[in-house]
Amino acid sequence: MTGLMTRQRLAAAAAVSIMLGAGTAIAEQPQPAAPQQVAATNEAEISIQSFQFVPAILTIKPGTAVTWVNRDEEPHNVVSPDRVFRSKAIDGGEKFTAVFDKPGTYNYICAVHPHMHGKIIVE
Amino acid sequence: MNTQNPDNPGTSRRGLLKCMAWAGTGMVWTVAGGIPRGLGLGEAFAASAADGFTFVQISDSHIGFNKEANPDTNGTFQAALDRITKLPKQPAMVLHTGDVSHLSKPEEFDTAAQILKAVKQDIHYVPGEHDVIGDDGKEFFQRFEPKLKTGGWYSFDQGGVHFVGMVNVLTFETAKAGGFGAEQLEWLEKDLKGRSASTPIVLFTHVPMWPIYPQWGWGTEDAPQALSYLKRFGSVTVLNGHIHQIVQKVEGNVSYQTAMSTAFPQPTAGQGPAPGPMKVPAEKLRSVLGIREIDIVPMKAAAVTDVTLA
Repeated sequence: MTGLMTRQRLAAAAAVSIMLGAGTAIAEQPQPAAPQQVAATNEAEISIQSFQFVPAILTIKPGTAVTWVNRDEEPHNVVSPDRVFRSKAIDGGEKFTAVFDKPGTYNYICAVHPHMHGKIIVE
Repeated sequence: MNTQNPDNPGTSRRGLLKCMAWAGTGMVWTVAGGIPRGLGLGEAFAASAADGFTFVQISDSHIGFNKEANPDTNGTFQAALDRITKLPKQPAMVLHTGDVSHLSKPEEFDTAAQILKAVKQDIHYVPGEHDVIGDDGKEFFQRFEPKLKTGGWYSFDQGGVHFVGMVNVLTFETAKAGGFGAEQLEWLEKDLKGRSASTPIVLFTHVPMWPIYPQWGWGTEDAPQALSYLKRFGSVTVLNGHIHQIVQKVEGNVSYQTAMSTAFPQPTAGQGPAPGPMKVPAEKLRSVLGIREIDIVPMKAAAVTDVTLA
């Protein structure tokens, strides 16, 4: 489960997390996107809506940047059990991006609402 | 903190302590031997008058929240504190049972601290899950309970009551619900050991300690162990927030009381797909927000009164 991101990529993702935490939220309106199971490109989106991750299981290629977009009014976050990745609060309308470089299966939850589960498969 | 003052030395307490609660619906309950019976309001207020010790609980201020369910959480929080300063009988202290902030942001905590300056009494805090997002509560504890290590718990004695402040929002990642963890439970056992069974106990924490609706995380996984240490006490009152509505339960000598928020209501357990801010008509909002006054009458009762902001 280790080696999720290269050092550089991890730093980039952390920077996004810090930006969100400082309240400089990404201003653009979230685009409605159809849930997808397999990302064909090196960017993928997971929508957070009605207290669910959509898609709950996402399969991606190594190097894909995954962006969670919160479409609820309630804040959420994403955290893997071993804290390989952990976001700050993602408020409604905000986003968080992490890059997955190493193949593997990454379970995660929302630590504010622990009944929310998701999984990312990198292969 | 955690002082070991004996509870009213020289006083011999006989029989069961009574515990009363007014749910804001005009009902008053007194519990003797585990069997609740109705009481007239007049009798309740007569009992809570005079020499009793009074404190206030506030909860779920969610400073930083500004969406449709309440665009002005600063304003409603101020209104709640205003209620406290205008109470005919001034409380000895105030408890905040968590979710001070909405997103655990430093600026939200700073705004809350600024608004809380209206309260002249001591305020004791426990964090909610919204206060510990992404940093395990570092910012929260630095500001509101700086004497504690991050994530810490505590107890103190005031007005003949033993108060216990516990943290049940740092286990969400592993427990899928509220939880105290082994270290805190061990501390609780030691903290209560040797205390007289007649000492009234008030335990305050964020998430309800009984499984109101575990599917939404409305419960505390290891609460039964905590309760095993509390059972022998004649009067135990558990105060919490988290679900933004008044729900009560009495079990033996333990009275569970979840409080209203000062920010926005949440749906009844299981109503709708998920918990979260519930929109009510603007003119109704203040009737579902509020504070809670608790009167402890020596030898008699803990009377819980929920007061709305309407």
